[in-house]
Amino acid sequence: MQEASEVPAVRMQQLRKSYHRGNQEVPVLNGIDLVIEAGAFVALVGPSGSGKSTLLNLIAGLDQPSGGDLEVFGQELSVLSEGALARWRASHVGFIFQFYNLLPVLNALENVELPLLLTGLSRRERREHALAALSMVGLSDRLTHYPSQLSGGQQQRVAIARAVVTDPLLLVADEPTGDLDRASAEEVLAMLEELNEALGKTIIMVTHDNRAAQRARRRIHLDKGELREGADGV
Amino acid sequence: MYLPRLILRNALRHRLRTGLTVLGLAIAVLAFGLLRTVVDAWYAGADAASATHLVTRNAISLVFPLPLTHRERIRRVAGVRKVSYSNWFGGVYITERNFFPRFAVDAGTYLDLYPDYLLPAAERKAFLLDRRGAVVGRKLAQTYGWRLGQSIPLRGTIYPGSWEFVLRGIYDGRQPNTDEGIFLFHWDYLNETLRRNAPRRADQVGVFVLDLMHAEDAARVSGEIDALFKSSLAETLTETEKAFQLGFVSMIDTIVLAVQVVSLMVVVIVLFVMANTMGMAAGERLPEYATLKALGFRPGFLALLVLGESVLIALLGGLAGTALTLPAAAAFSAQTGTLFHGFAVSHTTMVLQLLIALGVGVLAGLPPCLRAARISIIAGLASLN
Amino acid sequence: MALPLTYIARNLVARRLTTALTAGGMALVVYVFAVMLMLDEGLHQALVQTGAADNALVTRRSSETEIQSAVSRQDAAVIASQPEVALGPDGRRLASGEVVVLISLPRQGSGKPANVVIRGVSPDAFLIRRGVRVVHGRIFRAGSAEILAGAAVARQFAGTALGAHLRFAQREWTVVGELDAHGSAFDSEIWGDAQQLMQAFRRSAYSAVVVKLVAEPRLESLRARLESDPRLTVEARRESEYYEGQSRLLSRFILILGTTISLVFSAGAIIGAMVTMYSAVAKRTAEIGTLRALGFRRREILGAFVGESALLGFVGGAFGLLAASAMQSLSFSTMNFQSFAEISFGFVLSPRIALLSLAFGVLMGLLGGTLPALHAARLDIVASLRKV
Repeated sequence: MQEASEVPAVRMQQLRKSYHRGNQEVPVLNGIDLVIEAGAFVALVGPSGSGKSTLLNLIAGLDQPSGGDLEVFGQELSVLSEGALARWRASHVGFIFQFYNLLPVLNALENVELPLLLTGLSRRERREHALAALSMVGLSDRLTHYPSQLSGGQQQRVAIARAVVTDPLLLVADEPTGDLDRASAEEVLAMLEELNEALGKTIIMVTHDNRAAQRARRRIHLDKGELREGADGV
Repeated sequence: MYLPRLILRNALRHRLRTGLTVLGLAIAVLAFGLLRTVVDAWYAGADAASATHLVTRNAISLVFPLPLTHRERIRRVAGVRKVSYSNWFGGVYITERNFFPRFAVDAGTYLDLYPDYLLPAAERKAFLLDRRGAVVGRKLAQTYGWRLGQSIPLRGTIYPGSWEFVLRGIYDGRQPNTDEGIFLFHWDYLNETLRRNAPRRADQVGVFVLDLMHAEDAARVSGEIDALFKSSLAETLTETEKAFQLGFVSMIDTIVLAVQVVSLMVVVIVLFVMANTMGMAAGERLPEYATLKALGFRPGFLALLVLGESVLIALLGGLAGTALTLPAAAAFSAQTGTLFHGFAVSHTTMVLQLLIALGVGVLAGLPPCLRAARISIIAGLASLN
Repeated sequence: MALPLTYIARNLVARRLTTALTAGGMALVVYVFAVMLMLDEGLHQALVQTGAADNALVTRRSSETEIQSAVSRQDAAVIASQPEVALGPDGRRLASGEVVVLISLPRQGSGKPANVVIRGVSPDAFLIRRGVRVVHGRIFRAGSAEILAGAAVARQFAGTALGAHLRFAQREWTVVGELDAHGSAFDSEIWGDAQQLMQAFRRSAYSAVVVKLVAEPRLESLRARLESDPRLTVEARRESEYYEGQSRLLSRFILILGTTISLVFSAGAIIGAMVTMYSAVAKRTAEIGTLRALGFRRREILGAFVGESALLGFVGGAFGLLAASAMQSLSFSTMNFQSFAEISFGFVLSPRIALLSLAFGVLMGLLGGTLPALHAARLDIVASLRKV
């Protein structure tokens, strides 16, 4: 992770994003300057509509900014074509969603294997990687279970395994505990902490949940599209 | 290997919906195949026509006969190998419902001209020896349960009176499209009776059928025969047997056209059903498509996922419908008896059936496929909540 | 307390695409169904209109059609002299000895030959058939090679327009007038002088004799008298019944083919409705739970979904019927299997057909919607509410 310590995970300058609603332009992010160093565990917090999910989507390469600069691990995202961006996401970003977003027709192992289809790995290698990822989240005994046969916490653990199976530098999590009970939420957060500390993954997490936010090493407050780094800031 | 598995599992997700759609497609493909086979059956007579046969009839219309004396002059035209003749008898067997073609024919020459009517030598001999003898096709004999030696009564309509025939032979078709639904008897028997009862109508022939030595002579021989009788009391029109048969089909060609239009309509109906199914499936799965896109899958993968499912369902229905066509055609043929002959499902029909299923799958899958490929990740993920 | 129709209708509007596709499929089925009935109705009207109830058609016994029949001149005279035959304005009996033959003419456009009826008539024919009039040109002169072309013949066959010359039976014939028979079978015929045509076709006998009856019920006594006359082997039929009989085979063919096709096609459309309605139920599970929680009973939920599907069928049926009604301006011509002659008839939309078509559409909707509606009505309140 030497390279990562030199290049920041995320660097943005005057990043702006606005949406069109009918003829009206609705600003969501109004010129954000922010640097997130590699290996950080950051919580993006703020009230509904503050723009934290939009910021996360921009960082993850799911959406394009309306203005300003955005570099992720030294890569200027706005210069990538849609296809190139898709490949970049596949190799650099792992996703964790509030509702897990597992494919219901695939079992746990197949869901974890899914992103590996975009790599050059052989069938056997894919299976080995997926098995390793699932054993890391403690679900080696649930390989052939379908999402509908798993609890919410288990589904989210499968989703985490899917997020790390390609060994990305960056994990983005949108309300990862939003749909979970307290115990499952704790498990998921502990897992994220470990991924950050033991494997050096940069984690950016959007959350409403105060307890979840406290587990991050840095909290960034957003309000009305602007940065309000809190007292417990950097 | 991943993609086909995913497609298959998606297709099986809503078993009821997929099952109903496959059923709908099977019905449509079956209906299309049967309607096409009905149209083919109409043309079967023309298709079975021999290339070396010409038919000479009265130029005014088929209702008018030709004098038997034309026969000698036709036979002398160069290139003609053999001449036979027949009269449409009409008539009623028990009730009007029992329709089958009945011809009075010049027995010996007629059977020589139609080698596709396979008649055992003994039966042929028995038929030729019995002036009141008759020969029928296997299918016709089965329909009415006739046996050799049985007497068959017909009530005359064109030729009044009660007629009694003795079944002397049952022929099999050499080709699958040979008409096995025809009733043949001696022209001489008809003519003798007419000489007694209606002498003005005797020695008249419905059509002459002639066999050429070379098929290439057809145009020249037709022209020469018609020129021979030009400006006579009974002018002739000579055409190939195929053209003659097609003339019958063309008289009901509006019905044939209607059946063809209708058979395309069922394809449109099922296209609607299929498009609806795929549209609903894709609509429900937008969040999944967005997730796949977020993970880095490109639009092409999603397009294949949706299109593959549509084509898979359509082909399942198409295969089922095509497979069902053969037994359905056999049942239909048994039901309609001798109305259609040569009711056989052609290979072209089966290929077309599968192509139509494929086409419906692609067309129905296209709109949702574009929708899946174009979906914005943000909007797709948002639609989950 | 049934759920209001607006709730039902708005749900159909809300999923426009699905509604359009499902109703579109049903519309096509209803279209085929309605067109088939209209064709049959047109055929009946054409042939039933052709015959008059107070005309009798006398043919040789056991002939099915005029073309197969022959009635000698002597026999014709005997038939005309019967007391049941009405008198014309000049005091003569109203009887027309007619010769009916088929000639083969090329169709307009395709040039393919089809059989056309040529009817040689006596001048009294126009008094006996009051529905037939000469609209363009004039009537043929007795003793000349002049003919009148029916409206459908003039429209569908090449070289039959007013003033044209036709060659058949070794003679040149001139079209001097056009017949208008109000869409009846006579519109598909060519008329000429019976004596001239018999000469040309070398016929010594008429095909049939048509007489005007003194009164409709007198047919029975005419029939009894003619059939018991030892000089004659003829039978008398009411002209209207004869023509109705001529339509039977073709009518049965159209109905059997049309009904079979409609039934098979409707299976496809019903499946389409089932797919749509099952999906509607699945999508609105939470909504159903809410309605149940609000106090709506199972049978009201059932009613709402059945109603929605029936409305879907009705809309499809209405569009199908609309498309079918546009066919009324077209005419259809084909060979009548019984007479071997070309007959032209229209697509006639009667109120009965309109009603049947709409009912067919609604029935398809009902059949497609019942199972999904039952499924909706059976949903458990608590479980369905959780699907929010």
